[in-house]
Amino acid sequence: MTDPTPEPVIALRGVSIGYTDRAVVHDVDLVVQRGEVVAVLGANGSGKTTLVRGLLGLARILTGEVELLGRPVGARGRSRWHGARIGYVPQRHTVGGTVASTVREVVSSGRLPRLGRVGWMREADRAAVTAAIDAVDLTPWADVDIADLSGGQQRRALIARALASEPEVLIMDEPTAGVDQASQQALARSVARLVELGVTLLIVTHEVGPLAGVVTRAVVVTEGRIAYDGPLKDSMIGAPDGAHDHHVHDPAGGARRPWLRPTIGGR
Amino acid sequence: MPVIELLQYDFMRRALVAGLLVGLAAPVVGIFLVQRRLALIGDGMGHVALAGVAAGVLTGAAPVWTALVAAVGGAIAIELIRARGRTSGDIALAVLFYGGIAGGVVLISLSPTGTPANLNAYLFGAITTTSRADLVTFAVLAGVVLVTSLLLARRLFAVSNDPEYARAVGLPVLSLNLLLAVLTAVTVVVSMRVVGLLLISALMILPNAIAQLLCHSFRASLLAAVATGVVVSVAGISTSFYANTPSGGTIVLFAIGVFVLAALGAAVRDMVARRRHAAAEVHHAHEHGAGCGHDAVAHDDHVDYLHEGHRHAQHVGHYDEH
Ligand SMILES: Nc1ncnc2c1ncn2[C@@H]1O[C@H](COP(=O)(O)OP(=O)(O)OP(=O)(O)O)[C@@H](O)[C@H]1O
Ligand SMILES: [Mg+2]
Repeated sequence: MTDPTPEPVIALRGVSIGYTDRAVVHDVDLVVQRGEVVAVLGANGSGKTTLVRGLLGLARILTGEVELLGRPVGARGRSRWHGARIGYVPQRHTVGGTVASTVREVVSSGRLPRLGRVGWMREADRAAVTAAIDAVDLTPWADVDIADLSGGQQRRALIARALASEPEVLIMDEPTAGVDQASQQALARSVARLVELGVTLLIVTHEVGPLAGVVTRAVVVTEGRIAYDGPLKDSMIGAPDGAHDHHVHDPAGGARRPWLRPTIGGR
Repeated sequence: MPVIELLQYDFMRRALVAGLLVGLAAPVVGIFLVQRRLALIGDGMGHVALAGVAAGVLTGAAPVWTALVAAVGGAIAIELIRARGRTSGDIALAVLFYGGIAGGVVLISLSPTGTPANLNAYLFGAITTTSRADLVTFAVLAGVVLVTSLLLARRLFAVSNDPEYARAVGLPVLSLNLLLAVLTAVTVVVSMRVVGLLLISALMILPNAIAQLLCHSFRASLLAAVATGVVVSVAGISTSFYANTPSGGTIVLFAIGVFVLAALGAAVRDMVARRRHAAAEVHHAHEHGAGCGHDAVAHDDHVDYLHEGHRHAQHVGHYDEH
């Protein structure tokens, strides 16, 4: 990309994020420019999800500043049009619950931020929903109850929901967990298409392989801190989990859960 | 035709219209409550509304309006407590339940003319005493509930289906949840003369429970629930006239009857479907696709997959034998 004036889409400065008052992510500085494709790697429990939820305003930001698309993310004050430009695939394996809903109905809910406060779905909106379903190869299942789909298919429906708003920034938390090889390849292809459209992507993943061609930058999270930030290295593709090195050689196993210490010490 | 015959009585005409309104509105609000796993919240609001009714009897104000104020206030309180998330929503709900009943009974005993027996009409419904003025109030309120929830159905669906996602993309989650709480409170008050405050939730929940047995999309569920709500209301009210039984209980028993029938019907349907699809393995373990290991064969406009010597073709969520 030869953008003369880099435009930060995501900016975290000295950010700690946590639950209640316990920080899980510590003192993170991360600036992502428009058009970047960032892979976030790290072991289970290292804080990847917390980082992502923090920058979306879903987890508590304890210190520092977070900006998304040039606007501060905080407890409140995020306007609707802002949301229209964000796509989010949460790290959850299943959707659907007590009330039946089809893939199309769930994916359509991803289009809502585009419609404003009370707007209706128009022809173009329906087309975007159909295209999003097609992009994840779920067209034959579009009008099936989402609860009747397999776990991997449900993941793909959630990806479609994020795509439906045609976002400028797409944040995906393990989009390919439990997704088969063919669909991972398909996802990599749609990611490549999005990159051409100038979409900025932040992808938390344990399987960076299929995405290696499009990822422009890798961030490795270790124990809530950014341990590596730079180009994707071959070693990260091979290892099932990019942060392998950082953990196997961790000299103090207990330090992985620093918040346990006071409790242990106190007893 | 018995229902036609009923229409010659003024009070029955009003009763049937009131029943129709409740049958329409309650399942619409209920579907979102079921989706949010708040099936019992209508009961909580019913209890709070009782305190409102008692306050009306005590002060001489119209009980419908005092009940409305109490229920809406309770609804907002419950929702705000849930949103803060610190204290358990369960406990907060329990406090409102008990507070509502206790407040209602104590308030009514303070009234010079009142005894707890005065509350019976509200607890169990007294549809035939619905006045013309009541009916106009109910019609307006039910109309507001219906129009608002149908206009915002997609948004209420999104927020109930996945609140975290809704929040991430900037949907006004708290406002929508508050709105749903207020719509629930209004529905409770509209329904209290028809089914009574103790059975209020039944009309919100049972039609949806029935629809869930039969439907595979949100849209179909909503339509089926509303249709069921209307049918059981009208059938229950008509029957209560002939059998001289209370309308609320009769309606709810009808709904339970339909639920049992629907459950049986769904079981039979599933059995038949299983037979019919036995040709293609019912528990088709995997999804055919490029690289799935089964050879793909182009077949006119679609692709068949060779599966242990026979062909499977994809057909809306399952595989047919080809
Ligand atoms: N809702 C929560 N409340 C309290 N603590 C939490 C919560 N969610 C996560 N944590 C803690 O935060 C730490 C980081 O969790 P996080 O989900 O961010 O890890 P992750 O890197 O996404 O792991 P994974 O690869 O398993 O998804 C965990 O050790 C966990 O104990
Ligand atoms: Mg995670």
